[in-house]
This record gives sequence, C-alpha cells and structure tokens, in this order.
Amino acid sequence: MSGRPSVGPLSDKLLEAVAGGPLSTHAGPYFGEFGGRFVPEALIAALDELDTEYHKALTDPAFGRELARLHRTYTGRPSPLTEVPRFARHVADGVRVFLKREDLNHTGSHKINNVLGQALLVKRMGKTRVIAETGAGQHGVATATAAALLDLECTVYMGEEDTRRQALNVARMRLLGAEVIPVTIGTRTLKDAINEALRDWVANVETTHYLLGTVTGPHPFPEMVRDFHKIIGEEAKAQLLEEIGRLPDAVAACVGGGSNAMGIFNAFLDDPDVRLFGFEAGGEGIASGRHAARFSGGELGVLHGAKSYLLQDEDGQTLPSHSVSAGLDYPSVGPEHAWLHDIGRAEYRPVTDVEAMEAFRILCRTEGIIPAIESAHALAGAMALGQELAGWTGDDGHEPVLLVNLSGRGDKDVATAAAWFDLIEDEPVVLADEGEQL
Amino acid sequence: MTAVGVRSQVAEHLDALGRSALIGYLPVGYPDVDGSIDAVRTMIDAGADVVELGMPYTDPVMDGPLIQKAVDSALTGGVKVRDTLRAVEQVAGQGAPILVMTYWNLVLRYGVDAFARDLAAAGGAGLITPDLVPDEAADWVAASDAHGLDRVFLVAPSSTPERLASTSAASRGFVYAASTMGVTGERATLGTRAEQLVADTRAAGAGRVCVGVGVSLPEQAAQVARYADGVIVGSALVRTLVEAPDAAAGRAELARVTSALADGVRSAR
Repeated sequence: MSGRPSVGPLSDKLLEAVAGGPLSTHAGPYFGEFGGRFVPEALIAALDELDTEYHKALTDPAFGRELARLHRTYTGRPSPLTEVPRFARHVADGVRVFLKREDLNHTGSHKINNVLGQALLVKRMGKTRVIAETGAGQHGVATATAAALLDLECTVYMGEEDTRRQALNVARMRLLGAEVIPVTIGTRTLKDAINEALRDWVANVETTHYLLGTVTGPHPFPEMVRDFHKIIGEEAKAQLLEEIGRLPDAVAACVGGGSNAMGIFNAFLDDPDVRLFGFEAGGEGIASGRHAARFSGGELGVLHGAKSYLLQDEDGQTLPSHSVSAGLDYPSVGPEHAWLHDIGRAEYRPVTDVEAMEAFRILCRTEGIIPAIESAHALAGAMALGQELAGWTGDDGHEPVLLVNLSGRGDKDVATAAAWFDLIEDEPVVLADEGEQL
Repeated sequence: MTAVGVRSQVAEHLDALGRSALIGYLPVGYPDVDGSIDAVRTMIDAGADVVELGMPYTDPVMDGPLIQKAVDSALTGGVKVRDTLRAVEQVAGQGAPILVMTYWNLVLRYGVDAFARDLAAAGGAGLITPDLVPDEAADWVAASDAHGLDRVFLVAPSSTPERLASTSAASRGFVYAASTMGVTGERATLGTRAEQLVADTRAAGAGRVCVGVGVSLPEQAAQVARYADGVIVGSALVRTLVEAPDAAAGRAELARVTSALADGVRSAR
C-alpha cells in the first residue's frame, strides 16, 4: 500500500461490521440501522413467502443451473471487460481504466440479471402476474422481456412525465406484451410509479409478484436484488485477475437506487485494499436544491418500505429529486449503500448533469461506446478521481487500475443527448402539412 | 391487553357506547386547515363516535385515488405536521376520541417520543399506523406507553394466525381489520372475508376489532356493525368535501352522509 493514500484508520463501525462476518454476505432485514420493513401488514405474508422461497432456491442446484443457462444463452453473459486507454487519458496519466460492459446485456443494461432471477422465483411460487415500476424504462423493458419469455402477465407502472420523456421504451414494453399504466398523481415520476405498484400489490398479492427493480424496498428485496446482481463484480474480478493478475485499486459505479453499484461492489467488499466509489446525481448542483444527492443532501428517513438516506423536508415529506438521468432520479437509496457509507467502506460523491454529459461525450468520441447517461455519472466520477488515482503506485510499481461499471447503453438517451449537445437542426422534421418547406 | 396501567381512551369510549362505533376519517388541511377542523366538528355533531384524523403525506401507499387527491391538495396548500397537532387540539374533548392516522416517516422525522408527547398534550388518543407493523415499532411502543396513547395496528386477510396474535398483543384501543385486500376506497360489496378476519383476530386475542377499507354505504355499515366493534369510513366522507361546489355545501353533505352511516351503525343488532 506504500505510495498510495490508505483508506485511513479503519472506523470503529467498520471493524465492528467486519467482526460480524463477511460484508459480502450480510443478510437483511437490517444493514446497521438501515433497511427493515415499513410496509402495510397486507404485504408481510408475501414478503415472508418471497424470503423463504428465495433462500430455498439458493440451495437448489436446479435453480442455479436454470439461471446460469439464461445468463449464458439469453442475456449473453459473461459480459466483456474492456480496457479503454483513450478514455483513460482523460482520467489521468498512467491510470488504467477497465469497463465492465453491462451495456452489452440483452435489453441494454444490468437490470436483466435481477429480473431473470426474480421471474424464476415467481414461477416457483406459482404466481402468474408480475408488476414493476420504471423510471427511464430500462427495468420495465427488462421485466416485460422476462414476462414474455416465461409466460407471465405483466403490468408496468410509469410516471406520466416519464412516459412522455421515454415514449420509445413505452412502445418497447407494449411490443413485448406488457400493459403500461401512466401514473398521474404526485410528481408523476419514478417515486409515484412505485407508490402505485405497491397499491396494486396490496390488492393483488395472492396472484401477483412485485418485481422490484433495485436494492431498495422492504426486506428481502435489498439483499435478494444484490445477490442477483453480484455476478457483475464476480465476473469482473475473475476477468481482471486473468487480464492483469491483480485486483483493481478502485471501483466506480453510479448510484440511483443502487443495484448496479451493489452488483459490482459486492465481490470486492471484503478486499480492504480496493476502494469503492458510488456516484449519485448532483443534478444542477447541491446548492441549487435540484439534485438526487441523498448522501450530500439527505437525512435518515423511511420511503417505500426501507429506512435509509432520504431527500425530505423538515416535516418528513419526500422532496422531489432531479437529474438529467431518469434512472438516478430517486429521492432515497438502497439501505446497504447507506450502511457502507456509514461504516466507511464505500464513498459516495455527487456528479452534476454537466459533468456527466461531458463524460458521456468523451466516451463516445474516444472509445466508440455510447453509454447510458446513468453510467456516464460513473465515468465522470472516474475522471474526477483521476488526480487522486495518479498518485497511487503500488509496492510493485504498477499503474493504478480503475474498474468502472458501464451499467447500460445509451440508445435510450440519444434524444436527450441530441438536445443537450444541440446536434440536430432546429426544424429538421418535414411536417406532413408543410412538406414543401425543405 | 398491553402494558399494565396504561388506560385506553378509545377502548373505554367504545365500551361505554355499548354498541358498534362509527369511526370517521378526514384529512387535515382539506379544503384548508380551518375548513378541515370545521368538517371534523360537523362529522362529530352528525354522529361519528371516533375520529380518524389523517396527516397528509406525499406517498400514501395504503390510500386509493380519492384520499390521494384530497391529501395532495392539502399538501399543495402547505399543510404542516404542526397543523395536525393544532387540529387535534381544536377537535378533542367534544365527545369523540381523536386518533391520528399517519405514515411513519412523518413521526420518525418529528421524533417518535416528541410526537407522542405533543399529541398527548394536544388531547389526542393515539395513532393509526398503516405502514408500521409491530415488528418495527419498538420506539413507538415505548413512547405510547410513556405518554398514555393508543396504538392501532392493522391486520389483513393475508395475515397469518401468528401475526394476528402478535399484532393484537401489540395494539391498544382496537385492532384495525382491513376488510379486503386493497387500498382505501368505496366498494359495492364487502367480501365475507371481513367477518372471518374479525372472528380470527378476536380468537387471536384482540379485545376490540374495527373494520375499515371499502365501507361506504349505510347498509354496509349496518352489516359490519353486527360483528365488529367499530366501522371505519373514509373515502365516502372525503368524497362529500371533494365533490362539493363550496365549503358550506360540503359540510352539509358531510353531515347528511355521516348521519346516514351513524343510523346504519346504530340499527345493527
């Protein structure tokens, strides 16, 4: 570790947490003081059933085989690990950067890992219908995909604002046979879509599974969704060991609810020399109040079943979040992230819309990869880390190595990016009734 | 049935009635704070035996569209948690115990013990907590014991016998039985599950069980009152205010609907 700034004296909280066993297998319902089950009694029986069925499935080789088969033959796992030297020059001289390519999964993001796992559980529980929430549409598309594959009825709740912003993903879900219900109450975004999904679940819990898309919500969701995504970090670790024969110095991921970050962090939680960085949406800047930076601007609270950091007003009312990226636009964060922050195992920093879009542009130009704007927050975070990393030289004199989770691809974001960078002429479209204009 | 020596305002009131009670829900701040206080008084005068005063919250996952609409409007109007405590103060002591219905984050944010202290000081009887199950309620159990407040937890048709027993044991005042799987709202028919749930909850040890979710008509109220200690009505009352052309007309319609429901409850034998 010489030559590299150490993680610092291990906090008492971290030592206490580590004494409780490996961090990577920490079980719910609580992660420190975070997590729990703050939901209507009507849902408790279903959560218990899910918890039981999930743990049975974990020890059932047939379940593991089927999930592994789908990963291999349907999703396209393992996803590649790509070194990006031209991008790395924008991070810092002498730093090597590797991207874990979750963007190459079927449906375009890491979301499919969790969706397939839960969908197989639904079949085991004998339920016939799944519901899901979606913001940008990535989790909704993944859920609609798995529902088509496994012959499940599927309803996706999406804020009316988001159905307008992401009309193409609405069409994708409908093509896949899902019913998409625009939510017209509250802020009409992801938070309200989750409220509506929870209401549906309360009413239809006997036949319906709520296929929650991230590491938030009531126990066992944070633990279970993490476990379905931990394959990301496990693969990346093995790929790096094969490629360069050692672990990365730091891992970076974007954090909305936090599923892709938990997925890549998990395999490294018990490797104390690997520093973990989560980048949340700083929106227009913390001072503007228009952001989704729960670790910078949030305080302990309960939303959607879990106790965690929460953007809230002095009364405890949920505050609207803001981000250029719909997938990071959520006022709370998974309880395990809150715990990792609290014990000092992971660091969380905000990245503004402007910084994320600049990193988005740079990756496109240097590597020929169009990232999701969510993932661009991790890239921007990596660029900001650059100067710190450049000073890290290991005992063996090796260059610092940074692993970034490229959680999704940017096809869905082309319209946003085109507007942001002013790529399309003002009136490019030939309107039917004024066809002679051009 | 819980901590020895803590009296229950609501249980004593229900016992004194000697019949099933009409429990009416209204949210604070709709149409505005003073208007909601007037509406609660109207509801008590028209025959509500117990008041369930809703504290508006941005993410009410146990509430259907009608109540969502009213609380959304109340929040847009700027209603604060302190307004609920003021409203409790204004409507307590008029013959009907006041229970506050709240989602948990608002209490957590205020401070669980501080909220219990201030609610008790305002004359409130206790809390109904739709998203707090006893498993997560250690702080609230301690605070409600310390300040002599009732704690009404919910049971649902999906509750296991074990959970009916633990929830009954943790509750004070009554146990809130959700008649049907679903969120608040009016329903044409109530399933037979409500009556079974009440019987099962009593068998699991509950002293008093009141039924809510979906009760809206006087005939339904009469039917439920035959087997439950109380009939909880929300959306049907809120509707009178939401659909009224002005506040005075809203209160008149609220009085008429409350009175019809009260007659229904009283007709049950």
